Amino acid sequence: MSFPWAKTYTPKHPFMVWMDEKLPLPRLVYNAVGGGYEVPRNLNYFWNFGFLAGLCLVIQIVSGIVLAMHYGGDTRVAFNSTEHIMRDVNYGWMLRYGHANGASAFFVVVYAHIFRGFYYGSYKAPREMVWLLGVVIFLLMMATAFMGYVLPWGQMSYWGAQVITGLFSAIPLVGDALHTWLLGGFAPDNATLNRFFSLHYLLPFVILGVIILHIWALHIPGSSNPTGVEVKSESDTVPFYPYFVAKDGWTIGLFLIIYSLFVFFMPNALGHPDNYIPANPMQTPAHIVPEWYFWPFYAILRSFTQDWLWIVPAKLMGVLAMFAAILVWFFLPWLDRSPVRSGSYRPLYRKFFWVLVFDVLVLGYCGGSPAEQPYVMIAQIASIYYFLHFFVIVPVVSSIERPDPLPFSITESVLGHESAAVAEAQA
Amino acid sequence: MAHDAGTDTPTVIDGEGVRRRDFINIAAVSAAGVGGLTVLYPLISQMAPSADVLAESSTQVDFAQVQPGQAMKAVFRKQPVFIRNLTPKEIQEAEAVDVSTLRDPQTLKERTKPGHENWLITMGVCTHLGCIPLGAGEGEVRGEFGGYFCPCHGSQYDTAARIRKGPAPKNLEVPPYEFTSDTVVKIG
Repeated sequence: MSFPWAKTYTPKHPFMVWMDEKLPLPRLVYNAVGGGYEVPRNLNYFWNFGFLAGLCLVIQIVSGIVLAMHYGGDTRVAFNSTEHIMRDVNYGWMLRYGHANGASAFFVVVYAHIFRGFYYGSYKAPREMVWLLGVVIFLLMMATAFMGYVLPWGQMSYWGAQVITGLFSAIPLVGDALHTWLLGGFAPDNATLNRFFSLHYLLPFVILGVIILHIWALHIPGSSNPTGVEVKSESDTVPFYPYFVAKDGWTIGLFLIIYSLFVFFMPNALGHPDNYIPANPMQTPAHIVPEWYFWPFYAILRSFTQDWLWIVPAKLMGVLAMFAAILVWFFLPWLDRSPVRSGSYRPLYRKFFWVLVFDVLVLGYCGGSPAEQPYVMIAQIASIYYFLHFFVIVPVVSSIERPDPLPFSITESVLGHESAAVAEAQA
Repeated sequence: MAHDAGTDTPTVIDGEGVRRRDFINIAAVSAAGVGGLTVLYPLISQMAPSADVLAESSTQVDFAQVQPGQAMKAVFRKQPVFIRNLTPKEIQEAEAVDVSTLRDPQTLKERTKPGHENWLITMGVCTHLGCIPLGAGEGEVRGEFGGYFCPCHGSQYDTAARIRKGPAPKNLEVPPYEFTSDTVVKIG
C-alpha cells in the first residue's frame, strides 16, 4: 500500500515510458524501495538492520557462488578443496573468510532485527504476517548455515552433522528411519555431504523469495516506528528515497568496517580450530559445539537430562524444547495482547524485555561451554525462564500493565506538539 | 444461457446425474494427481541409503590382544564398535544392579553371548545424538559408573554399556555378531 500522499512514478525518458508500458519493473522498484514508499519520519537506527540483513544475503550469495566454482562436494576432496581455496585460488582466502564471517555477520544483524521486533512490538497487528514470514526466514537461515558448516568436512563439520541430524532420531516410531533417510546412510558420509551441498546452494534463493514476500507483506500496512503510533498524516512520513536510502548507506559503511575487521584481522575468531582437522568418523572432538549463533538453542537442547513425567524421553524433550524455542515466536502476535505496540510506552514489559535479553545471553554462554556443572544447571534455569517469558510473562504483563500515555501522532513525538507540525506543514 | 457455456452438447448439461464436464474434470485432475505422486516417490526414495551403502559387508575382528579391563575399537558400517573385555569386578557390578530401576532395562546376560560373558560388544555410538563415548581407549574417562562417558552431552553408561545418567534414551546398541573362534568375532 502507499499512503495517498506518496509520490507516483512518472517516467520522463521515452525509453522508460516505453518500458513502463511493457514491463513496469522500474515502477515496482520505485514504489518498493524508492521515492514512492513513504516511511515514518521517526525511525531510529534499529530500523536499519532489515536493509543490512538484505546486504548480508547478497554478500553470502555472491561469495558462495564463486566458492562453489572451486569446491568439491565429495568426502574425498571436500577438505582438500577447501584448503585449495585457502592456499591456491586467487583471493580464495578472502572469499572463504568473507563467506564464513558473513554468516556470523548475517546472524548478528538478524538477531538485532528480531529483538527490535520484540521491543517495539513489530509483530503486532496489522503486521503479523510480516513477523511470521520473518520467523520462516530465520528457520531457513539456520538450516542453510548448518549445512554450510558441514561442507569443509572438518571434524566439527562431521560431528555437527552427526549431532544435528541425530535430533531427528528422537521422533517416536519413525525417527530412526527418518534419520537414515536424511543422511542417506547410517552415519554422515558422501551421500550426506552431497545433498547438503545441493541444498546449501538452493536455500539462499528460497530465502530471497521469502524476503520478497516479507517486504510485500510489510508494504501493505507500511513500516512500524518507535512510538508504535500509526501514520496519520503526510507530516508523519518521508519518502524512503532519498532519506532512508542515505541513512541505510551510512550504516552499511559502518557495518562493512566491522565486518572487514573480522575478515581481514581475525578471520578465525568465531570459528573452531577443530574444523581444520579432516573429518574422522572414529574420533569425536573432546568438546563439540555448534557455531556461536546456535548456542542459546543448543543450551536448551542440552538442558533436558531427565525423562519427562516418566513417559517422554529426555532426548525427545530436548529436541522438542529446542524447536519450540523458535516456534513460540510464531504465536507471539497472539500471546501479547497489549494494544500498545512500543516497549517505550510499556514500563513493565520493557523491564522483562531486558531480562529476556540477559537470559538469552546466559543461554548462549552456557551453550558454548562444556556439558558439565554449573553450566547445565544454569542453562536449565535460563531455559525455564525463556519459556516462562513467552508463555506466562508476556500474556500476563499485557493484561495487567498500565501503559504510559502515547503521543497523539508521530509528528508530535518528534516535534513535541502537534501545532508545530501544522506550522511546519504550512511553512 | 444460464448453464455452462462452451459445450456443444446442451442436452447432456440439462440431464440428470453426472455431467460430462464434471467427469472430464475429475478424470483429468485424478490422472494428474496420481501422475504427480508417482513422480514424487522416486524423488523421495533417492535420498534413502543407496545399494552400495546398504551392501556394506560384515566385519571380522581379531580381539586376541584385548586384556581384561581393556577395550578396542573396530569399524562396522563406517561407525565404531567397542569390544571390551570385562574384569570379574565389572561383571559383578553390572549384575548387582536392579534391572527394574534402569531406563532401558536389560541384564548383562542379555547383552552378551553365552560362554563369552566377559566380552561386551556394542556400537560406539551414543544413543543420544551419535557422538563416540569415551572409555574404550587407554586412559579415557569412563564416567561415574565405570563404563562409558559421552563428552558431548554428558551421558553415562555402566559396565554393561547401559544408560544410567544423562540425556541418552537407550543402552549402547549391541550389533548382530557371532564368535567364529575364541579370538575372532564376525560383526554384522
